[in-house]
Amino acid sequence: MAPLLDVRNLTVVFDTPAGTVHAVNDVSYTIEEGETLGIVGESGSGKSVHALSMVGLIARPPGRIVSGEVYFKGRDLLRLSQRELFDLRGKEIGFVFQDPMTSLNPVLTVERQIAEPLRRHFNLSKSQARERVVELLELVGIPNARARIGQYPHEFSGGMRQRVMIAIGIACNPKLLIADEATTALDVTVQAQILDLVRDLKKKIGTTVIWITHDMGVVAGLADTIQVMYGGRIMERGPVDAVFEDPRSAYTWGLLKSLPHGGKRGETRLYQIPGNPPNLINEPIGDPFAPRNAFATERCLRETPPLKQMEGSLPGHKAAVWYDLREELKKQEAKV
Amino acid sequence: MSVDRTIAPPQKPLVIADRLCKTFGGGRSLFGSAAPALKAVDNVSFEIFPGETLGLVGESGSGKSTTGRVLLQLEEPTSGDIIFKGQNLTGLSKSLLKPHRRDMQIIFQDPYSSLNPRMTVGEFVAEPLIVHGAVTNKSERNDRVAALFRKVGLDPSFMTRYPHEFSGGQRQRVCIARGIALDPAFIVADEPITALDVSIQAQIVNLFQDLQDELGLTYLFIAHDLSMIRYLCHRVAVMLRGRIVEIGPCEAIFENPQHPYTRALLSAIPVPDPKIERNRRPIAFDVNANPIPEAATLRTVGEGHLALLY
Repeated sequence: MAPLLDVRNLTVVFDTPAGTVHAVNDVSYTIEEGETLGIVGESGSGKSVHALSMVGLIARPPGRIVSGEVYFKGRDLLRLSQRELFDLRGKEIGFVFQDPMTSLNPVLTVERQIAEPLRRHFNLSKSQARERVVELLELVGIPNARARIGQYPHEFSGGMRQRVMIAIGIACNPKLLIADEATTALDVTVQAQILDLVRDLKKKIGTTVIWITHDMGVVAGLADTIQVMYGGRIMERGPVDAVFEDPRSAYTWGLLKSLPHGGKRGETRLYQIPGNPPNLINEPIGDPFAPRNAFATERCLRETPPLKQMEGSLPGHKAAVWYDLREELKKQEAKV
Repeated sequence: MSVDRTIAPPQKPLVIADRLCKTFGGGRSLFGSAAPALKAVDNVSFEIFPGETLGLVGESGSGKSTTGRVLLQLEEPTSGDIIFKGQNLTGLSKSLLKPHRRDMQIIFQDPYSSLNPRMTVGEFVAEPLIVHGAVTNKSERNDRVAALFRKVGLDPSFMTRYPHEFSGGQRQRVCIARGIALDPAFIVADEPITALDVSIQAQIVNLFQDLQDELGLTYLFIAHDLSMIRYLCHRVAVMLRGRIVEIGPCEAIFENPQHPYTRALLSAIPVPDPKIERNRRPIAFDVNANPIPEAATLRTVGEGHLALLY
């Protein structure tokens, strides 16, 4: 079966007064129907920009899609007209953005905001839409839904607002739901509830999910596949268990190692990745993580490694490396 | 008469918060209607000992940042006392407070908005030295700033640059350099790593620890990332709706939490391990359904471990 989403060689730049920012560099991956893909990366890794540019949500200019194809159900999204994209967004592809405080319209009732995609895409009448809104709010766990649909966003707490955002995202039963740091602004207890809700929704309606975050813990609990991005490139991707247990990119390895892992005070010093995130204004050459990587070879600085299947791991576990991390770690251990 | 040498002399706390309250609003408006007062900090008491790190955790709006700000007298408490190095700071005039100010500093969450974009980072770090008359001439000032830059892991040649030329981690290093410029005894760090990239957070956490070891700093570390709190702090206080619901040694809180909210909070931390994470079931705690009774008081549940039980 063809994958639901097939991203091929997507390259996105931004033309700024300071120079051309190379935000997304030759990104290719697929996602199967029903799969949950967790994309991890820090700011500037290209994780959000690549998702927004797939569906025409970056401002052009300054943004520019240099190359690539993005096949969604067999159609190349990058070749669609604005009109066709309008019909697609919200209906076939739903979004949940980071900040529920700013992404809801403060002067419209939540009913109006959730009903908007329903009325637009399905021509529902007001009363039909209202029934669906109540149903959706119940689905995302807002108590007393019928009474609350007439309320405004400020009458909801942060967690409840994020639930409203999710209700909007799934209102039209999209094939694909893209959530960009959807729980980052929330308290951990509320985050736990939202993650439970997403797991539950996947069971009930089988949505395919792209969950973009910087939190390794969130991906560990939610995703089938993890994709680690850095400097606009995919550094590593694969089944979550394989990648967490046996990372092959020095960046993934460093990220995992730098977390406290339940460590107590004074036990060990945290491992720290040296240096700073890359400046994307220069034309990217080689492995973007190479300048911060102790295992990098001469070749890493000159030549960009392709994303390839890792030997001795599960199928689909790929990394973009010239070095062999397992060998390097063995050597390091032998030295100590 | 012999003195019992087995008991160490009790160490004096560096900072004491004694029944602190901070209420916002509640005044009568022009038309006579009274806005309901919000008790952001409600009867909060704790002590922080020299060289110690006290972690302060809680959900947004629980009053943890306000507690930090009140402690440093950036906001006046509505009632209660702040005792710093044995002296009560509440009610002191601006001029009497000034010598204490250099001894207590704050580092904010967002190094993007807490730096002045029109000042070089060198000037920014030198500012407290000038304000408090700690340096007499320019060359002394430059030497001090250069030493501070080295101490926080920045190249002193960066002194003449502007904030926009720096990454988030470097900016936070600049803020830390300014924070330690006057050799303070006490630093309130208000979510200092939250806004930083994941690959940078460990660097800054290690820097906080190195500075504590080197300079004997005392920290109030406000955060919502509980795994970092466990890693960094000696003791933790958990806040909910302006009150401390539990306080105690880190291990006691993490291994044996007593208040249902602490339990919910701990069970909600995502663990970066798919095997654990798939089976983790967070405990729910509905604050609105379980309001804290006004009269509830902290009770001892273990050594140095207190919880609000009712």
